[in-house]
Amino acid sequence: MSTETFDPQLLDYSNRPPRLPSPPNEANDRIDIPLDQRMRMYELQQELRQFEKRAYDLFMQNLVKGTSHLSLGMEAVATGFAMAMRRDDYTFATYRGHAHTLARGVPMGPVMAELLGRGTGLLGGKGGSMHLTSVEHGMMGSYAIIGAHLCIANGAAWSAQMRGSDQVTVAFFGDGTTNIGAFHEAINFAAIWKLPIVFVCENNLYMEYTPIDLVTPVEHPAADRAAAYGLERIVVDGNDADEVYDTARRLIEKARSGGGPSLVEAVTYRHGGHSRADPGKYRPKEEVDAWLQRDPLTLYHQRLLRLGVPEIELTKIAQDVARRVDEATEFAKSSPPPDPESLMTDVWADGGSSWRR
Amino acid sequence: MAEMSYRDAIAYGIAQEMRRDPRLVMLGEDIAAAGGVFKTTVGLLEQFGPDRVRDTPISEQAILGAAMGAAMTGIPVIAEIMFSDFIAVCFDILANQMAKTRYMTGGQVTVPVVIRTHNGGGARFGAQHSQSVENWCMMIPGLKVVAPSTPRDVVGLMAAAVRDPDPVVFLEHKSLLATKGEVPEGEIVDELGVAKVVREGTDCTIVALALMVPRALQAAERLAAEGISAEVIDLRSLVPLDTQTILSSVAKTGRLFTVEENPRLCGWGAEIASIVGHEAFWDLDGPVVRITTPHIPLPAAETLEDMAIPSVDRIYKEIVEVMD
Repeated sequence: MSTETFDPQLLDYSNRPPRLPSPPNEANDRIDIPLDQRMRMYELQQELRQFEKRAYDLFMQNLVKGTSHLSLGMEAVATGFAMAMRRDDYTFATYRGHAHTLARGVPMGPVMAELLGRGTGLLGGKGGSMHLTSVEHGMMGSYAIIGAHLCIANGAAWSAQMRGSDQVTVAFFGDGTTNIGAFHEAINFAAIWKLPIVFVCENNLYMEYTPIDLVTPVEHPAADRAAAYGLERIVVDGNDADEVYDTARRLIEKARSGGGPSLVEAVTYRHGGHSRADPGKYRPKEEVDAWLQRDPLTLYHQRLLRLGVPEIELTKIAQDVARRVDEATEFAKSSPPPDPESLMTDVWADGGSSWRR
Repeated sequence: MAEMSYRDAIAYGIAQEMRRDPRLVMLGEDIAAAGGVFKTTVGLLEQFGPDRVRDTPISEQAILGAAMGAAMTGIPVIAEIMFSDFIAVCFDILANQMAKTRYMTGGQVTVPVVIRTHNGGGARFGAQHSQSVENWCMMIPGLKVVAPSTPRDVVGLMAAAVRDPDPVVFLEHKSLLATKGEVPEGEIVDELGVAKVVREGTDCTIVALALMVPRALQAAERLAAEGISAEVIDLRSLVPLDTQTILSSVAKTGRLFTVEENPRLCGWGAEIASIVGHEAFWDLDGPVVRITTPHIPLPAAETLEDMAIPSVDRIYKEIVEVMD
């Protein structure tokens, strides 16, 4: 293409036809979930939402360095799966892992302190936003190289299988991951070894800055590949925590009872850009507006009202979460930087970093 | 005491550890039913069964990933990467994941994995199946790197690698597989990071690794005929690196030669030359000399490959020239 005939409008993705969400499914009100659990799921989504908003604010204040990948708009996926997991099950997440970490019960304070690079951080300040891990909560790590963690998650599932522990591994990844080799190696490997694992694609329609449909030959980047590995094609509404939960408990139970792996695609949307530096301008305005309307928290709020929960109770939950996010922020801000000596610790299992004798 | 091939010592050493630790498992391509393409895992499937000795698809990332995930959840693993050149296709798991997870998580995660791989040239396999990749592994903080030169050391270092809680790359040299040596009866357990003085001498120190060790020893024999008394150190382990043994030898001989199969740039000998130059400068009576494979991809033809990899003749000549 010569520069004379090149029309930059053609490559401005924000001019593409918007990909609009399907209407919310009110029939999901009738999914069999006790109301007190639904209240907890609302609270959890509030925690993830408010934490991420605060993280964003702290980035803008330059209190958080480096980068961050927020889950704003994607809270229902983390919530639906975390609620369906047993305490000793394993989570593996990507660099977009704040929500998955908190959803496993990791306290907000140390997570926020990690983002701020403080000594009280979850990883002592040595991992940062993209590597949140809390083994004691079954949060086996956030991995910042696309695809790798799917292979590693298989190992945890294999280990559970060998130990006969009935633990299930859940590995989250983005739509972009479906085009890297490690994804295909991992799914194939899990399928042939019948591993107790659930692979969860959070399809937010964009591979970083590029629409996923421009770089993938099938409509559903994960679900439409499932058949190649002998797996069921599963697509769920990733903005409806109840629908996610309903699918999660089925697939986790299947894995726990020896039925092998599953691959599920949860269709969702991120409210912001890919990372801190990205305002997400490549998305059609009409599309962004439609998905903001279809926000998982708004949907869940409306559902609980339909189920007879008074507005005041939901307000109280949101206010309580706001207070806890404030506390976590204060904890992080008032924490000292890491001990300088920690720079040279924990390369090796002996606690040190020496490579010579 | 029994004579055993380097090849048989690999399965023997693995079996010693699998009997000791019933949790220990292994996985890799063609390692179970076929006994390995180099026949280094023959008999292990029969001894330990298909749950502990598992064949995998050609999926190096899946292999090392599974090894890592199992290890971090309580199952020690020996993973085989058939040719060390293939480390390039799973370098992410090795270099970004296994090596860094402990540090990044503030010590929460332990990864007791041994990555066995067939390394080195001499088999006329060409540039993608003959490389010496020890320097690829050595440069990554968080990886230990071991390369035995004798059947006895295969067994002792295998035990040390398996018992070590950190990821260890275990380099088995293809051109040593058929060599034989004495392996003492009973359990053999070495320590990582301990070099061996395999020939004592007073005029110069030759540091070598894996296939370069027997060649350095033969060169030392010829040097002795010329009146040059060479001390030969089998490094055995690159990380941890036994600098004490090297420094004390150089303090005695005043001269240092490294014999490296890896291509020249950033080979392990460069690090040793740097350490000796810094810490033993006043012990040196002459320049440190590195004898390496040139900085080229390895050729397939036997005449060319033999020219590339340091030979006994070349080691001898380069040392004689400098020592004159």
